[in-house]
Amino acid sequence: MLKISTNPHMQTNRDIRALMLDVVIALMPAAIAAILFFGIDALRVILTSVAACVMFEYLCCRYWFKSENSTKDFSAVITGLLLAYNLPSTMPCWMILIGAFMAIVVAKMCFGGLGRNIFNPALVGRVFLFISFPVQMTVWPVPHFLQMISPDGATGATPLKILKSIDASSSASTQMYSIDDLPSYLNMFLGNIGGCIGEVSTIALLLGFAWLLYRKVITWHIPVYYLLTVFVFTSALYFITGNMKFLPFAHLLSGGLMLGAIFMATDYTTSPMTLKGQIIFAIGCGILTVIIRSFSAYPEGVSFAILIMNAFVPLIDKYATQRCYGEKR
Amino acid sequence: MVKEYMFPMGGIHLKKYKITTDCPIIDAKIPDIVTIPVKQHIGSPAKTLVSKGDKVKVGTLLADADGIVSSDVHSSVSGEVIKIEDLPSSSGYEEKMISIKTEGDEWEASIDKSDKIIQEINLSPEEIIAKIREGGIVGMGGAGYPTPIKTAVPEGKKVELLIVNGIECEPFLTADDRLMVEHAEEIIMGARVINRALGIQNAIIAIDENKPKAIEALTTLSKRYVGVNVKVCRTKYPQGGEKQLIRAITGRELPSGKLPVDIGCIVQNVGTVFAVYEMVLKNKPLFERIVTVSGDGCRHPGNYRVRIGTPISSLIEETGGLSDDVNKIIIGGPMMGNAIVNTSAPVTKLTSGILLLKDDSFSKKEASACIRCGKCALVCPAGLRPYAIKQAVTFNDTTECLRKLHAGDCIECGCCSYICPARIPILDYCKIAKQEIRKK
Repeated sequence: MLKISTNPHMQTNRDIRALMLDVVIALMPAAIAAILFFGIDALRVILTSVAACVMFEYLCCRYWFKSENSTKDFSAVITGLLLAYNLPSTMPCWMILIGAFMAIVVAKMCFGGLGRNIFNPALVGRVFLFISFPVQMTVWPVPHFLQMISPDGATGATPLKILKSIDASSSASTQMYSIDDLPSYLNMFLGNIGGCIGEVSTIALLLGFAWLLYRKVITWHIPVYYLLTVFVFTSALYFITGNMKFLPFAHLLSGGLMLGAIFMATDYTTSPMTLKGQIIFAIGCGILTVIIRSFSAYPEGVSFAILIMNAFVPLIDKYATQRCYGEKR
Repeated sequence: MVKEYMFPMGGIHLKKYKITTDCPIIDAKIPDIVTIPVKQHIGSPAKTLVSKGDKVKVGTLLADADGIVSSDVHSSVSGEVIKIEDLPSSSGYEEKMISIKTEGDEWEASIDKSDKIIQEINLSPEEIIAKIREGGIVGMGGAGYPTPIKTAVPEGKKVELLIVNGIECEPFLTADDRLMVEHAEEIIMGARVINRALGIQNAIIAIDENKPKAIEALTTLSKRYVGVNVKVCRTKYPQGGEKQLIRAITGRELPSGKLPVDIGCIVQNVGTVFAVYEMVLKNKPLFERIVTVSGDGCRHPGNYRVRIGTPISSLIEETGGLSDDVNKIIIGGPMMGNAIVNTSAPVTKLTSGILLLKDDSFSKKEASACIRCGKCALVCPAGLRPYAIKQAVTFNDTTECLRKLHAGDCIECGCCSYICPARIPILDYCKIAKQEIRKK
């Protein structure tokens, strides 16, 4: 039987599933780093989160949408991984379940599923947990290479927490740190620092970035402009005020910045469509991140920055068009 | 560093499937009956000059151009006109066609059938353009725009450069490639004929880097002719698009709604240039062309010299027949060509290829919701935002909205539909948008 269809008669084999699978692969180095630094607990957090996210999406499809099972496209796995990466390794399983529910059911499926959500699901889950369980969300086990073999259970501060508290004006009730407490840049780069399980290892995240670029899943624009904005903005503040809390490299290498810039600000659905829009979005994320990190009550600002910019995406999409062929440059 | 010729905006890299690159051009069998449409070009249909029972020879004028934007149509066989009626064309619509029953193969006496390559051009520009018109020559790259109009430079405009388009960026197709390999000198002479008509000295033959033999053949020969140069372009689809090729070669972009002549360029497909040579210097009107018959479902793929009006079915028969597992028959390339079911439709002046496809990858996949990846805007060679056009069409936005999105500048290359990870047929929406704009 001959078939009729409109042209083109060729289509790329890089469908949603293939692209999402590449993101999962790109997230694997960070998973390995997480397990190396935070031990078997990191694996527990990751598995719980992924399983919960996939389960919630499956249940939504089955009993609510009554549609085809959309978990096959792997986007729920990515949400699960990203949510897990944004949690400390000591996070209790039932809290992760709540986070996964917020991420998948509230932030994603309530809006209609993949492609229709306004806010990054994993970040919605994380921020909900962060404001609901502030204590559990800010206990940072001291990373210990090969934690798996000899766990020690000690907790400490993240580099951002240290940066925050060296500012004399910040609240005196919290424990004070000096700049000497800041881990070395090498440790920050490798991931041997306190923090959420997936965000600590810069090198692992950069490996993932390289994979995403190589597989053409994303373009370099959002991560590079985001990181560059943070670097330039903190450098400017550092040189103007001389305050050590703006230490540019410390900001670049610590907290959720790398994870956010590479994997969360680049989420297809919740970022602008054109390159111009993506650059505006990334610069906005960078500025908000530095402002929240430096001047708010929280040491970290990546999640809030990206979520706030997510809300601007429709507006950016409306005005940030691209140059058509034949139009003036 | 050697300057690389490639359009920068958008575009995609496709699997080539050029399996017939090394297949020499073979004369296809002359069918028992040919059906020749009177409209194989953009513009008004030609006026029929013959009637039932008339005896015609190869090259006899069958239908005369009706107005400026129209083209002559010639007989591709010798024999008797048996009927003139509306028959379904490859598009599925009925069109007026002249059916001729073949008797022998007797050519009009004026046609120079020898292989000798003629080097001298003694005609004036006006005579050349008149000849091109008499030859029924149209843009053979696919548009079918009558060539004499393109060759006659309007008052007040100045042409500086002729670009001969030998890119052939569609997968599978090798008709232009083989023509360049086997008829390099004729193509160069054709370019010189057009140059003379335009009153200019410079012609650039643009060839895709994936055609090494054509590049070699034409580069070697072009050294003997002043003003004819070969430029090798880096592979990217749709480099063969007129606007894209102009950008790649000259670095200039054509503003929306302008013609190439407005920025001093004329682009002609190699097939057209070859036809011009044959008509102007050998008196042979356009009644046959090279057709690539290929595809993973084709038993004997190859490049054939086919008489216009030959039924597609007879060509398929000649290349091994239609096996049961063939899913699609495509006229043209897989990106811009049309799928057909009516194989009795004839080969026309614009049929560059016939593809028999069986692999599942050539079938349309089910679409899912847009995930807003923005890849369609990234690959659009016209710099459009196909997702926005799709949205505007879906939500029935006004024509004004579509205009603002420059939907009319869509070149229908299909890059957006190709790249879409959600398998949305975005090009379909763009075509609807173009229609809406045209209606107003």
